[in-house]
Amino acid sequence: MRYIPNSPEERQEMLEKIGLASADELFRSIPQDVQLNRRLNVTDALAEAEVIAAMEKFAAKNTAASKSSFLGAGVYSHFSPTIVDHLIQRSEFFTSYTPYQPEISQGTLQYIFEFQTLICQLTGMEVANASMYDGSTAMAEAFLMAQRVTRRDKIVVADTVHPEYLAVAKTYTQHGDLKMGIAAFDEGSGRVSELSQLDDETAALVIQSPNFFGCVEDLQALADQAHAVGALLIVVVTEAISLGLLKSPGACGADIVVGEGQSFGIPMSFGGPHLGLFATREKFVRNMPGRLCGVAYDKNGNRGFVLTLSTREQHIRREKATSNICTNQGLIALAATIYMETMGKKGLQDVAMQNAQKAAYAARKISEIDGIEIAFSAPKFNEFVVRTSKPAEEILNRLRGENGIIGGLPLSRYYTGRPNEFLVCVTETMKKEQIDDLVAGLNEFRF
Amino acid sequence: MTNIPENLRYSKDHEWVLVDGDIASIGITDYAQHSLGDVVYIDMPRAGDKFGTHEAFGSVESVKAVSEIFTPIAGEVTEVNDGLNDTPEKVNNDPYGDAWFIKMKMDNPGEADAMLSGAEYEEYLEASA
Repeated sequence: MRYIPNSPEERQEMLEKIGLASADELFRSIPQDVQLNRRLNVTDALAEAEVIAAMEKFAAKNTAASKSSFLGAGVYSHFSPTIVDHLIQRSEFFTSYTPYQPEISQGTLQYIFEFQTLICQLTGMEVANASMYDGSTAMAEAFLMAQRVTRRDKIVVADTVHPEYLAVAKTYTQHGDLKMGIAAFDEGSGRVSELSQLDDETAALVIQSPNFFGCVEDLQALADQAHAVGALLIVVVTEAISLGLLKSPGACGADIVVGEGQSFGIPMSFGGPHLGLFATREKFVRNMPGRLCGVAYDKNGNRGFVLTLSTREQHIRREKATSNICTNQGLIALAATIYMETMGKKGLQDVAMQNAQKAAYAARKISEIDGIEIAFSAPKFNEFVVRTSKPAEEILNRLRGENGIIGGLPLSRYYTGRPNEFLVCVTETMKKEQIDDLVAGLNEFRF
Repeated sequence: MTNIPENLRYSKDHEWVLVDGDIASIGITDYAQHSLGDVVYIDMPRAGDKFGTHEAFGSVESVKAVSEIFTPIAGEVTEVNDGLNDTPEKVNNDPYGDAWFIKMKMDNPGEADAMLSGAEYEEYLEASA
């Protein structure tokens, strides 16, 4: 089967039409010294069967799915009911592209509206957009929004925000005039404590809760401190299931809530595609990035759905747009919507409670091992930091090799001064026996 | 019939200016509000913001479009008509009365004299019709 749609004769004909001798001449405006001038370093063409064999060999290296995994740190293993995958594969949803003529796509607009409504309810906010790429880009967009709202250029970020989110935000904002300050955490509680950078030039204080170490932050107090200097509070939620149990960020005084929606029925998929959540107060709606769906009534009083406030968006406002994002994660947002609606309010509360209880059980059992302690005293949701007297990498490698358990994430990957700590996540998918196996595996070490 | 009061000065971008000493009130003309359609929101600058001549100081959002609004004169914003965002329809109903957008302290109080008079603005509208 050929994949190149035009023949050499047709290409020659096209070149003659535009007066060129060869396709290379199409690139002559590119300076010679930046041209590659060699073949790409890829293997020769393979037969389909050979491609499949090569891919299966790669896939076989991926053992995570077949082992007990206590990895979290931004991507979470949760159960997704079959209905989610089944419904999103309906061709009306699966094959449709972003609605350029939105009002004829009432089904698409309706689920976007439902998604926004659910995100508002969970975050305690007044408006949510139709979603963004992922949690980290949503956070970066929140920085820029806070800058627009307050006309201040400084963002103070807790150093317990996911380090990869921070890296994305730095990349995203590096060519603008945004300055970043850091709010350090307290070694005892694991919560943000040092707010000396927060001043009357600060656009926003940015807090993740539960934070990267799994600790639930005191959002109300932080909101009060941010508001006292005229700054916004941006709350980052990387584990959306926590919203089923914890007091909503909106109720704690957050002005913008961003987060990752992967926990809502989306597979981990090696880190993506995932789902950016973005919600705020109605008074800031014109400064909010992204697509927004609204409900409207026609002259006969029939309900319909529309894209609204598109005047903020790039295809209308060009360089004055609030963001260069004027699309959304359509299919993934649909999956999350189906997940949330399938689970319902009580279902989400139950799942969240199971996470908290199983994690608490694991933390208690692990803390009973001699020479091991659970770091940080703040309340946790489904993740916690284990502190030992040995290098965490060594412990985790042995657990993986000898016990077939992926025991967690070594903090040394992000924090150079913390070689003996690792982050453990326990979700509802973990059975008691699996937790006990982890505890038994850790017990074999002499700390 | 477009309403063009004689006591105001006009710009070719369809803003009007009412001069009182060194303070200029600025709004958009009857012609502008009619072209925009129903106004739903106005993005305003803040008191203390400084603008040169012909700089975008905000935007008017109508049901049809968003349009930039430009400073016809240079100066510093002294007052912003924030109440307009609760009653944006005032811009359509009476663009010259309560529907001023901002007041500016002019850098050069003579600058408004160089703007169009009511008669000149009317001619300009007819010529560009």
